Amino acid sequence: MELTTQLLIAAIAAGTPLLFATLGGIMNERAGIIQLGAEGLMLMGAVTACLTYLQTGSLSLALLAVFGVSAALGLIHAFLCVTLRANQIVSGLAVTLFGTGFSAYLGKSVSGQPLGTTVPRLQLPWLEPIPVIGPIFANLNLFTWVSFVLVIAMHVFIHRTSWGLHLRALGDNPATADVMGIRVQLFRYGYVIVGAALIGLAGANMLLVYSPTWIEGMTAGRGWIAVALVIFARWNPIRALFCAYFFGVLDTLGFRIQLTGSDIPPYFLKMIPYVVTILVLMFLGWRNRNKPSGTPEALGQPYIREQRF
Amino acid sequence: MRQLPATEAAASQRGTSGMKRRFSFRLELDPSRSSAPWWTPILSVALALLLCAVFIAINGMNPITVYMRMVTGAFGSSFGITETLVKAIPLLLCGLGVAIAYRISIWNIGAEGQFAAGAMGATAVIIYFPDLPAVLTIPLMLVFGMLAGGFWGLLTAIPRTYFGVNELITSLMLNYVALLALDYFVFGPWKDPQGFNFPGTPMFTEAQSLPVLGTTRLHLGLVFALIAILLYFLTIRYTKWGYELRLIGANSNAAKNAGININKHILIVMLISGGLAGIAGMAEVSGVTHRLMYGISPGYGYTAIIVAWLAKLNPLGLIVSSVLFGGLIVGGYSVQTMGLPSSISSMLQGAILFFLIAGDMLSKFRLRSGG
Amino acid sequence: MLKGATELRSSFIVSVDMQGIVKRFGPVIANDHVNFQVYAGEIHALLGENGAGKSTTMSMLSGVYRADAGDISIDGKRVRIHSPKDAMALGVGMVFQNFRLVQSLTAAENVVLGEKSSFWRGARWMKEKQREIEAISERFGLAFPVDRPIWQLSVGEQQRVEIVKTLYRGARIIILDEPTSVLTPGEAEQLFQTLERMKREGKSVIITTHKLKEVMATSDRISVMRKGKMITTINKSETNERELARLMVGREIVLTKQQKRPIPGKLLLNVQQLDVEADHGRKALSALQLRVHEGEIVGVAGVAGNGQKELAEVLTGLRAWKGGSIHFNGKEIKTASVRSAIEAGISHIPENRMKSGLAGSLGIVDNLLFKSYRTEDHSRLGFLRASKNRMWSQELVEQFDVKTPDLETPVQQLSGGNQQKLLFAREITRKPRLMVAVHPTQGLDIGATEGVHRLLNELRNSGSGVLLISEDLDEVLQLSDRVLVIYNGQIIGEISAEHADRERIGMLMAGLSTAGEAAV
Repeated sequence: MELTTQLLIAAIAAGTPLLFATLGGIMNERAGIIQLGAEGLMLMGAVTACLTYLQTGSLSLALLAVFGVSAALGLIHAFLCVTLRANQIVSGLAVTLFGTGFSAYLGKSVSGQPLGTTVPRLQLPWLEPIPVIGPIFANLNLFTWVSFVLVIAMHVFIHRTSWGLHLRALGDNPATADVMGIRVQLFRYGYVIVGAALIGLAGANMLLVYSPTWIEGMTAGRGWIAVALVIFARWNPIRALFCAYFFGVLDTLGFRIQLTGSDIPPYFLKMIPYVVTILVLMFLGWRNRNKPSGTPEALGQPYIREQRF
Repeated sequence: MRQLPATEAAASQRGTSGMKRRFSFRLELDPSRSSAPWWTPILSVALALLLCAVFIAINGMNPITVYMRMVTGAFGSSFGITETLVKAIPLLLCGLGVAIAYRISIWNIGAEGQFAAGAMGATAVIIYFPDLPAVLTIPLMLVFGMLAGGFWGLLTAIPRTYFGVNELITSLMLNYVALLALDYFVFGPWKDPQGFNFPGTPMFTEAQSLPVLGTTRLHLGLVFALIAILLYFLTIRYTKWGYELRLIGANSNAAKNAGININKHILIVMLISGGLAGIAGMAEVSGVTHRLMYGISPGYGYTAIIVAWLAKLNPLGLIVSSVLFGGLIVGGYSVQTMGLPSSISSMLQGAILFFLIAGDMLSKFRLRSGG
Repeated sequence: MLKGATELRSSFIVSVDMQGIVKRFGPVIANDHVNFQVYAGEIHALLGENGAGKSTTMSMLSGVYRADAGDISIDGKRVRIHSPKDAMALGVGMVFQNFRLVQSLTAAENVVLGEKSSFWRGARWMKEKQREIEAISERFGLAFPVDRPIWQLSVGEQQRVEIVKTLYRGARIIILDEPTSVLTPGEAEQLFQTLERMKREGKSVIITTHKLKEVMATSDRISVMRKGKMITTINKSETNERELARLMVGREIVLTKQQKRPIPGKLLLNVQQLDVEADHGRKALSALQLRVHEGEIVGVAGVAGNGQKELAEVLTGLRAWKGGSIHFNGKEIKTASVRSAIEAGISHIPENRMKSGLAGSLGIVDNLLFKSYRTEDHSRLGFLRASKNRMWSQELVEQFDVKTPDLETPVQQLSGGNQQKLLFAREITRKPRLMVAVHPTQGLDIGATEGVHRLLNELRNSGSGVLLISEDLDEVLQLSDRVLVIYNGQIIGEISAEHADRERIGMLMAGLSTAGEAAV
């Protein structure tokens, strides 16, 4: 296979979990709630998928459990942020710290145990002859196809439906949304929970496809990279796809450089995604210094109807 | 007639002039309760223990036995107590570091990386000047540990002040970078040639180690930590600079109007915040492990975040909560023999933070009847 | 005339009936058994000063707040309004003082935001809606570009979007909360014509305001509120401005200007050809000229968003400028620095006291120290002189009559008037040469407002220069020795106090330097 094709395949493989997490983050933040729990949610998603799959051997049950667990964590986050109006940053950190600890606790017994799953792949051999991209699309797994559909669905949802209009209002100006009869609290709950479930799915995706063995802290900061990706993508699902794949490439870049027999220590190569994240954020900060960044205006602010005391 | 609940009875007594409402409760912010009461940290710890008891029970064990074992492991013997204090030292220093940053609303979650940077900085002194006497080595290690940690803190502050980059993501990313750098050194150039491939430097000599108390492992780092706490207390309370920090923390817009250069303060505070975590890293290698090695921190930097929150950034609170979490780590180790993973303590930590923020917010509400 | 006819036709159809409305915010009673009736097809003014409770009453009618007690009837039927949605369903629509518009959405999207009818919002659906919206705008004379995002619209246009929004949703009872506070006199005139059209279609229009002239110009009936109580409701034809003023404040007030004008001293502030950019690179001030002398109050009048904020920020060292020169007290100021502005003796009452003037969670002492803590009197060798500072604060609290339980009370627990007194105490005790006061009486009651005005006059009489930036034209006219009008980042007119007349200033505020000719 050509190098471009190989690189693209790697980008998609490593980028899809990031994409799910980023989409989940976009959903949360568009509704005005910061989600810093991504790392913990991904780990909980991964460990839940691992345990359920080992217990039942069923992929669909595993995914169902992942949805359940991450939605429950999302519910807690929503309760703290929406109902109690707690600091969303601290609440997100709590989700991450709890998720990290709890996943380690739950996964202790299965740590290092290979899963041996096969996620179904959609075989489309008639695509094979198309140059460069043909071989990629001919043999993609279910998660990747779902992510494609999700990107388009979310884009259409946000820009072409009444609920999407509500969602945009929710993050920019909840007081207005409220006056217009949109149930701010209810919808914020909904989006936080669905967003959390998507981030959990990202963890499951990583475990079931990308590296099918549970190891404590296996996401290695990818949840946090997804938090940054939401900013890179400027809260736009289509852009999120490209950003996630770009970081997918970075993720595998170190490994590839190593294969070429370079004598750069692997530790430095592994730093690439983290360092690039910071550099890109700095570049965006510099470029957008005089412009609005596209951040939902009410992001991080709890909404209370009776605001006078 | 059935006895009505008081509020409902009152509502019906108002008769037709009062608006008829369903009997329901509602949470409302109470303006008179602007700060959370002192008991929420205690309550949150208790509730977190209760929640984790459920998980332990599901695991097929008696939670009371487990907790008793944890308590005796951490506080039941002089060995346990000194071990707990040994763990409390880095927590106290890192917790103080992040607390100072939180004072001016800088979300430094990079204490883990700053800790590792400090450990590396201190070890570099030993690697490059192996034969200095103790009177020179220890202060040099302290200075370099502090500078390395402070430098790592600045790496978070600079993107924030000059490029407007959110410090949360930067500081977290830098944790991974620092830990990878540490891996590079202990697996690579600094690895002990006689160490049977153990990922760590050669053991430090007597002159390169912090003095300890008697036969225990309790080292001079405790004094560093207590001095730091005292300085923090005095600075915030009595100095001009402390006043400026309080002002920025209370209202950064108003601070700007008072002519305070906030960016300058962010840089200084992150230098200090990282420097304190750096001291913790130095004290850990020089006082406890006596070598730089793989996995030197069991997540002190992350636990420190919870330590600082549980303490509500209060100096005395920091001491109490760091000892508590030190005990939690030691207790976590001691239940491993019962077949429970030691990660039970990190699970407890996360749960404590959950209950703490929920409790803090709930205590500001009051229950109101009526729709 | 026509007006008389509508009064006759509709005076017996009660469209809104609020009885015995009580609303508390913590210990404060905002509405104390308020009764309020509006007829169909009338323009009803709800008059009261800031904090009288009129916005609260309207917020309950529109479902933003819930009443603690009382009944509301719409068109004769008892109703419960628990949310803005309920209100809308009953035909009640409110145009808030702070517009409820989503900045990133287009005008049309904002109008249809609450519509539930169709889930799918394709391009064709949107086109259709835009036509509907344009039809409504035309009918009531409310033009605005439908397909542009809100942030690109002028304030007047945004208000029109807000009004169309309520009409689009079928409101029959339309509430406008302080509708003219952000408008030029010309725009306000246009708005009144729109209100007339709505009235002619049989809608009930309620406007809340504290401006007597407006009330007399537009309304059919007037309800006056004071300190949370409904005082009375009267027909406009049976009253006059003086009576309304008395009802509003509860005592006869004399609306006279201070006569004695001391002769101004030497030139204090000289701003030449000042160019300033706003936050996103937009031009905020261009070639602005401004002089302030010792011992005079210079008022800057203008509609919000014409560069007032940036002007205040530049003068107090918070914002850098692109071109031009600033001389203060004979010396040129080279760079923007709050520290040097403080040291040069420029004091600042910022626009929003809790946002940028005071630190709400800190106590009195800490808030008074803001600008003085660097001096020898208040700190030594890096340490604060705690007991001395306490004594100093105690003196100031007494001198300026700040009502507080003790010196440690977080200032957010003080009343607005006491917060403003504290702010003035801090700024005046430094004996400033120049005071830059931005909206110094916003949100204060009449008593506190008078206090602020007295302080500013005293400051002027003691020889300091005062630059008063305010959107309240009455306040500017009452206090200033000279009035400047700012429009689009330039001072386009200067009028001495003796010759100031509202109409001329109003035209300048709208950018017309002489009748019919655009200034910029």
